[in-house]
Amino acid sequence: MANVRLSSISKIYPGDVHAVNDVSLEITDGEFIVLVGPSGCGKSTTLRMIAGLESITSGDIHIDDRKVNTLAAKDRDIAMVFQDYALYPHMNVEKNLSFGLLRRRRYPSRVRSIFSSTYRRNRSSEQQDIQDRIRRAADVLGLKDLLNRHPRELSGGQRQRVALGRAIVRDPSVFLLDEPLSNLDAKLRGEMRTELRRLHRQLGATMVHVTHDQEEAMTLGDRLLVMKDGVVQQCGPPAQLYEHPANRFVASFIGTPEMNFIEGVIEDGVMFKADGDVRIQLPKERWPSLLAGQRVTLGIRPEHLELVSDGDAMFRGEADVVEQLGDRTDVILANDHRRMTARIASGSGLREGDSASLRADLNQAHLFAVNDVENRIETT
Amino acid sequence: MSRWLGRFIAIVALSAGSLAMLFPLWWMFVISLESPQRAGAAAEGGGSIAIWPEEVHWSNYSEALRQIGTEPWQGFLDALSNSIVITVLVVIGTVLSSSLVGFAFARINFRGRGPLFILMLATMMLPAQVTMIPLFLVFRTMGWIDTILPLVVPAFFGSAFFIFMYRQFISQISESLIEAARIDGYGMFGIWWRIILPMCKPVTAITAIFTFIFVWNDFLGPLIYLHSDDQSTLALALNSFRNQYGGLENVHLLMAVSVVTMIPCVVLFFAAQRAFVEGIGSGAVKG
Repeated sequence: MANVRLSSISKIYPGDVHAVNDVSLEITDGEFIVLVGPSGCGKSTTLRMIAGLESITSGDIHIDDRKVNTLAAKDRDIAMVFQDYALYPHMNVEKNLSFGLLRRRRYPSRVRSIFSSTYRRNRSSEQQDIQDRIRRAADVLGLKDLLNRHPRELSGGQRQRVALGRAIVRDPSVFLLDEPLSNLDAKLRGEMRTELRRLHRQLGATMVHVTHDQEEAMTLGDRLLVMKDGVVQQCGPPAQLYEHPANRFVASFIGTPEMNFIEGVIEDGVMFKADGDVRIQLPKERWPSLLAGQRVTLGIRPEHLELVSDGDAMFRGEADVVEQLGDRTDVILANDHRRMTARIASGSGLREGDSASLRADLNQAHLFAVNDVENRIETT
Repeated sequence: MSRWLGRFIAIVALSAGSLAMLFPLWWMFVISLESPQRAGAAAEGGGSIAIWPEEVHWSNYSEALRQIGTEPWQGFLDALSNSIVITVLVVIGTVLSSSLVGFAFARINFRGRGPLFILMLATMMLPAQVTMIPLFLVFRTMGWIDTILPLVVPAFFGSAFFIFMYRQFISQISESLIEAARIDGYGMFGIWWRIILPMCKPVTAITAIFTFIFVWNDFLGPLIYLHSDDQSTLALALNSFRNQYGGLENVHLLMAVSVVTMIPCVVLFFAAQRAFVEGIGSGAVKG
């Protein structure tokens, strides 16, 4: 197993397209890190640069303190799982699993084994080792009964497992997973997510996973690296990203339903004022440094809004959509100025078309600067 | 009801077409089994040929084959082995070189790939007659005349049409398969040999069959480059047989030699028919 260090790596395609811009990241041994972001944010390119499938324009990549910038993919001791699985269609599962191992044999020659008994012994123990590895991987992934099947005879989930198995048998220092779950249906995706997590624990391997699905990222990753337009937005454990998003983009990207954003202006250092007669007294002790006249965006997660009687209301409107989710209900409140999503306990009796009033838990709210980076305004 | 009618019409039309196509072959086969008199009469238009000969003369075949060339049997065996050697080498050469070049055009980014590809396609527009004399001069300078080299060696340098076909097919193979093989430790040659070529089975089947049939029946190439009797191919032998025994009295022998010449193509076609339609690519990637 290994650690991986990215030092200011960039990828610029011809035509001055900056796919990845100055990304630095230290992945420690055995960590499960998830690169997440909307499509085209450079996460896959970053992964492919680690894999050696894509050259890097500038910066350095180290795997286990070995600089691998120009090292061929096969020499980096990595294994990759592709979005479309990339199983060899003309080989059965067993051959798919052993294909990479056969290439790495130290005693491949059948002819030499005829003439040298030492060579023959080494060769047969190597063959045995390959068989053992395949059996172990097949055990771990439940592929034992499928070894003689061809990829076209497998379901999506089984193909996915074979693709994972192909990575496992290699026993690489780093696993690279490029959106491996995105082709599966929702139920299977959930199962494979659990399986991936279990696998990670079992193997103790360093894993780098790419996804555009923030929920997948949150459940899988020890740490998340959120990217946008080739630039790192924030890196940290899921809870940190959720509770302390670095900027408005991270805040909106992490968490479903999406965070509510209300743009407004600060009056008197503590009063937040926005269109639609919104006046909210902010707790001075949380944001002591606000200036009068400062433009800010107030961010409130749906679960930090509650239904209240009209007198306590911060926002009033009409319940436009009421989605029953069983244990909880998502309400979209609409008025002339904005739409806000609130996640409330079920059983409120609220129906679509009813007028409703919402109040936010301001100790859980966020303020973002209104500027280019829309960074979060620090709280005390 | 109209569905059945449509089916009926289709079957009738197809049957009529098949009969028209098969008639000459059947005619050839039947004459090859007839007695010399009846065959000669039929060829002159005097007699008529039944669906099956009254008396089957299998001996026509041995007689005909014995008479090829100057020495009994030797001429036929020489021609047969020459044909087999040339055809097999050309098929192997064409498949290997065309798939390799097609792979490069489809999957390797190199400077000048586009213009080179156009240039290669342009060579398809050139009629063979235009290059015939210059090529002959080149091979003569190399001292290759009256050897099989001028017929075989060019095949190992690719054929524009098949390169094009391979390129189109390989372009559709998922890039991630090639990347997976790269990570598995294979270089471009290994990937071509172990991944691309096995996946190209349908194209390879078509390439092999077309090349086989063309080379097996090729008359002009051997005629230009092969002069000695012992270098002759079946197509050449058939032609000199026709010159020698082309008279109507020997038409049964000519037909027998023609049938023998044709058999390998027919057998190959039926054997490889499945490969034409087989789609090996399914299941490679999610689809």
